[in-house]
Amino acid sequence: MNSLLKLNQVEAYINQYHILHNISFDVREGEVNVLLGRNGAGKTTTLRTIMGLNSVSKGTITYEGENIANEKPHIIANKGIGLVPEDQGIFADLTVGENMSVAMKQENAESTKRLEWVLELFPDLKKFWRKPGGQLSGGQKQMLAIARAYVNENELLLIDEPSKGLAPVVVEKVTESIQQMKDQTTILLVEQNFLMASQIGDRFFIIDNGETVHHGEMEALKTDKAMMKTYLGIS
Amino acid sequence: MDLLFVLLINGLATGMLIFLLAAGLTLIFGLMDVLNFAHGGLFIWGAYSGVWMYHVTNSFTVGIAAAIVTGLVIGLVTEKVIIRPVYGNHIQQILITLGFMLVLQELIKVVFGPSQKAVAPPAFLEGSFMVGDIVLIKYRLFIILIGLVVFFVFAYIFKQTRIGLIVRAGVMNKEMVQSLGINIKLVFMVVFMVGAALAALSGILHAPYSGVIYAEMGLEFSILAFIVVIIGGMGSFKGSLVAALLVGCMQAFMAYYVPSLSLATNMLLMVIVLVFRPQGLFPVKG
Ligand SMILES: Nc1ncnc2c1ncn2[C@@H]1O[C@H](COP(=O)(O)OP(=O)(O)O)[C@@H](O)[C@H]1O
Ligand SMILES: [Mg+2]
Repeated sequence: MNSLLKLNQVEAYINQYHILHNISFDVREGEVNVLLGRNGAGKTTTLRTIMGLNSVSKGTITYEGENIANEKPHIIANKGIGLVPEDQGIFADLTVGENMSVAMKQENAESTKRLEWVLELFPDLKKFWRKPGGQLSGGQKQMLAIARAYVNENELLLIDEPSKGLAPVVVEKVTESIQQMKDQTTILLVEQNFLMASQIGDRFFIIDNGETVHHGEMEALKTDKAMMKTYLGIS
Repeated sequence: MDLLFVLLINGLATGMLIFLLAAGLTLIFGLMDVLNFAHGGLFIWGAYSGVWMYHVTNSFTVGIAAAIVTGLVIGLVTEKVIIRPVYGNHIQQILITLGFMLVLQELIKVVFGPSQKAVAPPAFLEGSFMVGDIVLIKYRLFIILIGLVVFFVFAYIFKQTRIGLIVRAGVMNKEMVQSLGINIKLVFMVVFMVGAALAALSGILHAPYSGVIYAEMGLEFSILAFIVVIIGGMGSFKGSLVAALLVGCMQAFMAYYVPSLSLATNMLLMVIVLVFRPQGLFPVKG
């Protein structure tokens, strides 16, 4: 299968701190690839670096055959990459509809179709269309953030810990919807919730201390108790 | 009663002028996180260039247009040359914009001469009329009207247009706006230019109101605008209107009753707001 996105020996700093030391992995078209790793391992920084919100000091990030390392975020976004940040990045004073409008660059048949599809997936967004984003529940905010990243004809979604802080039933709902999005778009998911990750992931990469240390098929990881214990602290 | 009404109209007119100056300041801070101490420089350049054109053409309308164009042009240059290199660094911003403020102020003296200039309202706005037994001064009503028009036009833009939505979203979360494919630098530039044009508009409208213009008035007047930005909530457009009218009225009433305390009362108002609502009256949520 083709790889849509490929990171090769990426290094990055935040201010003077060397955070990413050696990140290499590839995301294949049509798959859900999952980044795993302990708190503080560098997963969020990796997503932000792909998005151009953090600069690359060494290495390459290739998207559809083109090096996008150190491009500006809006240029990267316009190439078809959408970000659902860890804090969801909802515009709190804007309504759900306005949050979607900011994302939608044009309103044509294609974008209307995508909007309708995603509103069917997340009926709550339709219901609370005129409600300020800041007043949504945690789960609804997550749905809005995902819908907003999806609606722009993006081919790759970077989703950072969508289950964080959500009640188990809501996690199930989000898991289900990400599963449904698989047919439409490629996903790079950061997820600490191993149950969720194992349900929707095709392949995984483990990041430890700013380095990609392992990768493989999700199926294989499910039975590899030793690996889970060493890198994920799951016993 | 009549006196109170006259002071109120005065206060609202002053308030509107402060609002025009503070609106740009609050947006520039809210969106770009830039402390722009050169904003008062746009105010005097608007006043001088507008008055010059007004006197040359004998048309106040042309004078206003000239001030706005001057604001847009100086705004563009300021953003590109002065502000762009210091995004993200408040200390540098304060130093460089304060320095640039003084440059703009001294350049006024070089270009237009060092002495102050008298300015009268145009004939169609001169004088007053009576409603019942209340005297209404036309030019003050004109300022209030322009201020209201600007407020409602911008409120419409913020609510109903894509660029307006983007600016509001940018005030809340710049990174997210960029991640949605929007060139934030371009948005910054437009907002800075528009803010500068509003400051220049404030300057030209202020000229016949005070009857005289001089180079130092920009700095003086922008202090009030800074107070307004803090009281209204940094980044809040609506907050800047409410706070400006409050400060304008306070200014008008104090100037009549206890003139020596008028700036001090506004400072006090700011301190009170800071103590009880540190985010201002209309805080912008992140
Ligand atoms: N703004 C920052 N300044 C300094 N260090 C940071 C900053 N943001 C993140 N870090 C550090 O970078 C490392 C990686 O963080 P992050 O990518 O958020 O990890 P993860 O998402 O895997 O939990 C952590 O050690 C964290 O403390
Ligand atoms: Mg994280």
